[in-house]
Amino acid sequence: MQVFASLLDALAFTPSRNAKLRLIGDYLRTTPDPARGYALAALTGALSFSGAKSAVIRGLVAERVDPDLFAMSYDYVGDLAETVALIWPEHPRNAPPPTIDTVVDELSAASRAEVPRLLEAWLDVLDADGRWALLKLATGGLRVGVSARLAKVALADAFDKEAAEIEEIWHGLEPPYPTLFDWLEGNGSMPDPGAGAGFRPVMLANPLDEAAIDKLDPSTYRAEWKWDGVRVQAVSRNGEQRLYTRTGDDISGSFPDVVAGFDFNGVIDGELLVRGEGKPGIDGLVPVAAFSALQKRLGRKRPSVKLQQASPGMIRAYDMLFDGDEDVRGGTFDERRARLEAWGTTAPDVFDISPLVPFASWAELIEIRAGARADGIEGLMLKLGAAPYTAGRPQGPWFKWKRAPLTLDLVVMYAQRGHGRRSSYFSDYTFGAWTGDDTLVPVGKAYSGFTDKELAALDKWVRANTTDRFGPVRQVAPGLVFEVAFDAAQRSTRHKSGVALRFPRIKRIRWDKPIEEADRLETVLALADG
Amino acid sequence: MARADQKFGWLELRPGGLYCAPADIYIDPGRGVPNAIITHGHADHARPGHGKVLATAETLAIMGVRYPADTPETQALAYGERITIGGVHIWLAPAGHVLGSAQVALEYGGERIVVSGDYKRRPDPTAAAFEVIKCDLFITEATFALPVFRHPPAEQEVQKLLTSIAQFPEQAHVLGVYGLGKCQRMLSLVREAGFEEPIYLHGALIKLTELYQGFGFDFGDVRPVAGTDKAELATALIFAPPSAIQDKWSRRFQNPRTAVASGWMRVRARARQRGAELPLVISDHADWDELLMTCKETGAEEVWITHGREDALAHALIAAGQRAHPLCIAGREEEAA
Repeated sequence: MQVFASLLDALAFTPSRNAKLRLIGDYLRTTPDPARGYALAALTGALSFSGAKSAVIRGLVAERVDPDLFAMSYDYVGDLAETVALIWPEHPRNAPPPTIDTVVDELSAASRAEVPRLLEAWLDVLDADGRWALLKLATGGLRVGVSARLAKVALADAFDKEAAEIEEIWHGLEPPYPTLFDWLEGNGSMPDPGAGAGFRPVMLANPLDEAAIDKLDPSTYRAEWKWDGVRVQAVSRNGEQRLYTRTGDDISGSFPDVVAGFDFNGVIDGELLVRGEGKPGIDGLVPVAAFSALQKRLGRKRPSVKLQQASPGMIRAYDMLFDGDEDVRGGTFDERRARLEAWGTTAPDVFDISPLVPFASWAELIEIRAGARADGIEGLMLKLGAAPYTAGRPQGPWFKWKRAPLTLDLVVMYAQRGHGRRSSYFSDYTFGAWTGDDTLVPVGKAYSGFTDKELAALDKWVRANTTDRFGPVRQVAPGLVFEVAFDAAQRSTRHKSGVALRFPRIKRIRWDKPIEEADRLETVLALADG
Repeated sequence: MARADQKFGWLELRPGGLYCAPADIYIDPGRGVPNAIITHGHADHARPGHGKVLATAETLAIMGVRYPADTPETQALAYGERITIGGVHIWLAPAGHVLGSAQVALEYGGERIVVSGDYKRRPDPTAAAFEVIKCDLFITEATFALPVFRHPPAEQEVQKLLTSIAQFPEQAHVLGVYGLGKCQRMLSLVREAGFEEPIYLHGALIKLTELYQGFGFDFGDVRPVAGTDKAELATALIFAPPSAIQDKWSRRFQNPRTAVASGWMRVRARARQRGAELPLVISDHADWDELLMTCKETGAEEVWITHGREDALAHALIAAGQRAHPLCIAGREEEAA
């Protein structure tokens, strides 16, 4: 448990992705089984214990610590698990600290009534970091800035495998993953993913380099609309139904209305959308609601019936990985497309098929893309007709070609320090538009790939124009305009401005532009209203 | 405040700080006064502008480096050496905080008062170990007076740094340390742990480190950052004041790992605020358990509590049966924690 605690502690403070990969990789290579298997399960969110609620932990600490001192401490520290980990009285320890496998085994087997005494005994023999790790592990939610995907990439890197190979077999595995580590260390064959409703790693597209489009033969590529939803994988095999994100997170629980309609057998790749109202959308398809409606549903682990009715989910299918029990990933895009269209004639109602966009030349397609401003469309996808379905992001077969971004001139309002190499620079900016009474209201925040020279100039400007400080954030006097590019503006009740920008990024620093000439909020709202 | 005919009335709180009337002398005054006893060299205790300063020879030397233009009359007092001023018997005892740090013991009219200054109970190769003095009134610091502050063994924290250096050998490690005390203690601890490469110092740390070396401390191969070429620094261990880590100064290092050695690192939010990727919980102050233990060991019937979390410590001491109350001294800052 102490080694795992050190790992969590290091991860929590390390912002760099590469450094996190190394910390996790080193741990997984050097830690024995089954401890490393349980640690991997914890990092990928595969563990949960029902009896260790925060009320239990409050109860335990109340038996040991003066309530006034606890209140003063909690007030200062601000986090319950951390306060308890730090304040837990220490005595000379006789028993050795528990291993992570002991903790996982015993917590899993314990009844709700037994959990408090188990935790108490472990708290008595762990040090502060160990107690913190124990409480995080037991209550769920490590919050150390590591996604399931990152943990799997670290595992693949540590043993010279591809992340896609891990993803392919992942859903057939159970903690502490003995067959997985045997295979990784060359002591066994690759575990069989089996015929279950596991996730299959997805094929991803690269951005299209427009300048090089003429080097591609238009007759060999197929075009589709690029939908502004969430990429998902719909799995229905042998009576088991699952909905996964493109990174393999199981979101079936958030979309019971969608999963209930999985009356088919196979694996479908498509876009999760929320049905809109009113007249049909592009190509006569079902209209699609704004992304914010989907976002609201993504945030709910157990959506109410009311929310499901107000924002019904659906899947717009564009590829097929399994046709019934047959793995069709080795076939060409054209072959899979033919199967998908055939399947589409009898597919359940929660699906429709994303149509191909016919075109004869790149010039024609460029024109189609420029005209595509309909709701729910982000641009176009280009897919090579002869390409198999290859996990990962292979160069060449698939391109995403977003429509030209919108731009606005916005005034810099707040600046925040970056991380790692940029920790001394202000590299994250919040910018705003003018309201009717000539005050600024924030409309977005972006981190940008400034050159080092630009970054240094901006940094100097921020230091010279700071009017207030809030921790790492500086408020600056209005005086600098950014040209901000973004994919779409959408109405939002979460933001004070009433509008949210999709994928904002800083295109140019407009040192030359007077702030009075920056855009007004009504212009931004007009973009949101189309 | 109490008058001279009351219990402990001969030590009072004045706007300038703690004042002993029969000896006409202040202890760690916040502004210039005619006569001062200085417990140690940190800027919130040792200020310039006094007429006469009484302190250990080490503290006087530190003040000389910090305030070269300040030339008070000085009197060096060795630990345990007694003097009498205005009928008050005065001596200094080691406080274990930094080089030369002292507690002030005062005896008058059959009462003994000890003013702790800042102190710690853990061993420190660069500071004489804290000595418990039995007294009637103990005036304690309270920097880390919350039960969440329990410092882990310093050796264990130093090992975190050395592990990171081994795990990320291609990156520079910049360690944030206060210039007086923490810097030199960390140099000693890192050397004791077996690290033998050169250690590079930010310019602000050099003079005081040289002063320690003048008192006979050996820190191995220590070099200035200034004038060293970038390639040599790219994988080195570098010490700097904590504020320099988030400052332009740190830009000379390509992709450094940033560590900070301070008792405040115990709390995650504080560590993040300081931009520490590698928080090392190493403090030159007593932690919660040590504050309680020390107040008890002095046998004092009454404890006054200064700068820090007075409320929590007073609450705990009263619950343990000691008389205790906060003493609010203005102008105290978080230095050298």
